[in-house]
Amino acid sequence: MPIALIDGNNFYVSCERVFNPKLEGRPVVVLSNNDGCAVARSNEVKALGVKMGTPWFQMKDLARQHGIIALSSNYALYADMSNRMMSVLSQYSPDQEIYSIDECFLGLDGFENYDLVIHAQAMRSQVRQWVGIPVCVGIAETKTLSKLANHCAKKSLAGADGVCDLTRLSETERSRLLATIEVGDVWGIGPRLSRQLADHGIHSVEALRRADPKTIRREFSVVVERTVLELNAIPCLSIENVSPAKQQIMSSRSFGNYVYDLAPLKEAVATYVALAAEKLRAQGSVAGMVQVYIRTNPHREDAPQYSKGLTIPLPDPSNDTLYLTRAALWGLRRIYRPGFAYQKAGIVLMNLSDTTNQQASLFCTHRENDRLMEVIDRANAIWGRGTLRSAATGVSKSWVMKREKMSPQYTTHWEQLPIAI
Amino acid sequence: MACGVLTPRGQPAGHGGPVFPEAGVIHVPGCPLLARPVPAGFPSPATDYIETRLSLDKHLIEHEDATFFVRVQGNSMVGFGIHDGDLLVVDRSRDPGDRSVVIAVVDGQFMVKQACRVPEGVLLRSSGPGHGDILVGPEQELAVWGVVRWAIHPVS
Repeated sequence: MPIALIDGNNFYVSCERVFNPKLEGRPVVVLSNNDGCAVARSNEVKALGVKMGTPWFQMKDLARQHGIIALSSNYALYADMSNRMMSVLSQYSPDQEIYSIDECFLGLDGFENYDLVIHAQAMRSQVRQWVGIPVCVGIAETKTLSKLANHCAKKSLAGADGVCDLTRLSETERSRLLATIEVGDVWGIGPRLSRQLADHGIHSVEALRRADPKTIRREFSVVVERTVLELNAIPCLSIENVSPAKQQIMSSRSFGNYVYDLAPLKEAVATYVALAAEKLRAQGSVAGMVQVYIRTNPHREDAPQYSKGLTIPLPDPSNDTLYLTRAALWGLRRIYRPGFAYQKAGIVLMNLSDTTNQQASLFCTHRENDRLMEVIDRANAIWGRGTLRSAATGVSKSWVMKREKMSPQYTTHWEQLPIAI
Repeated sequence: MACGVLTPRGQPAGHGGPVFPEAGVIHVPGCPLLARPVPAGFPSPATDYIETRLSLDKHLIEHEDATFFVRVQGNSMVGFGIHDGDLLVVDRSRDPGDRSVVIAVVDGQFMVKQACRVPEGVLLRSSGPGHGDILVGPEQELAVWGVVRWAIHPVS
């Protein structure tokens, strides 16, 4: 069955351009948390040779020379635009897997009698008109191949106008095309695997496709074997309409400024626990362990370094923010050492299990605040995150991240709407 | 929780009473749920006629995914009943017709104007004191961002 992979072009930059047409045709980068490194680049910036993840301070000279516009990540905007895009695309197939904020798979089973390229062009023009985001579409027999087809569509390697349908290519055309693509462009083949494959003489996608799956399994892993099969149009990965519940939930941020004292660290950790616990409840899970960690800036070689984490098993699995916060702060007090410039803290909720299948312990040490948590989640859904929160998360929040170049939250705040004259 | 085990879940500790009226309901799986006393009076004659209450969202928004809100600044469109500070409901899914009021992008700036086809191209008409019309010739590209469906302003 054919599968389509639809991907927003330079998604964060495209979202910004919808509401600020002055950015059209100009070099734009979107920076990560704390305005650290490039997480999205417009084509103009890519043409200047700026790589994904380049720190902002390293490209400041280039930015001055070429007038690169840098923006802080505006996640509220990107999330809303993503939801709109996914909702429009969901009209094109009953099988949709939202794979990330800017890409989704569509199963096209039963569409064999349609012209799939025309179907894909309709998706592109509707998303472009309704939401304002340019997208590319790759079509092939498997998920891995459709990712590759999408790569071809972006680079205009096969097919034009942002759509690439590999199922239309003859076997020779397919071989010739895949021979021109580096193996590192295959979904799931990272830089390290690429190097190892190169040691085995496998440089191109075509070479990997021709490799013997059994040998690959022995030399590498079952995952790479699956990739080889998928490249040969044998589906091994199905469309996941419902994303499986997460096995662990993380929440961490770098701080806007260095943090030295325990008090602001406690506020940060309590805030991260609240965010993660909200997600935990939303997926109907409880956590059996909480991990908390803090660290200094590893890139500052002149400063003393410290990095420490601690995992706290909970006597009773829980999704109670207050209980989880107590556990995390207990751990934080044990790992905190004064005299360091802390740059980052984080927490991980682990050993997750279903809320419904709980083995109650004989010596239950706390009472669940289910109703209270429900009230908190409902209030925060209506009046905004953090409206109801534990006092441990603090008031001053001197540690929050810097987003100095952030555009307005055009679609989620009444006072930040776009202006027309 | 096994059937038949009664567990009053989540009564907030140290609280006088439940936060919400439904709090305190005990649900035993497999047993019918009786949340509150059954009223035994005359049954409401209206129950067969209950309909969904009117929603302004549904009335004003035809295509949720394509609808955006835009704030008006200035009085260039008062003649069309669009005032400074109005909230515009803009639908990007609609194709603009002749004389549609649209959000147009002129020199990277959002403008609310009436788009009229004229022999020389498209005329973006204003209708406020001191605001001229803008002619977009065939050599220039007119970007229509969306079609304005509603203008909302407070009256009292």
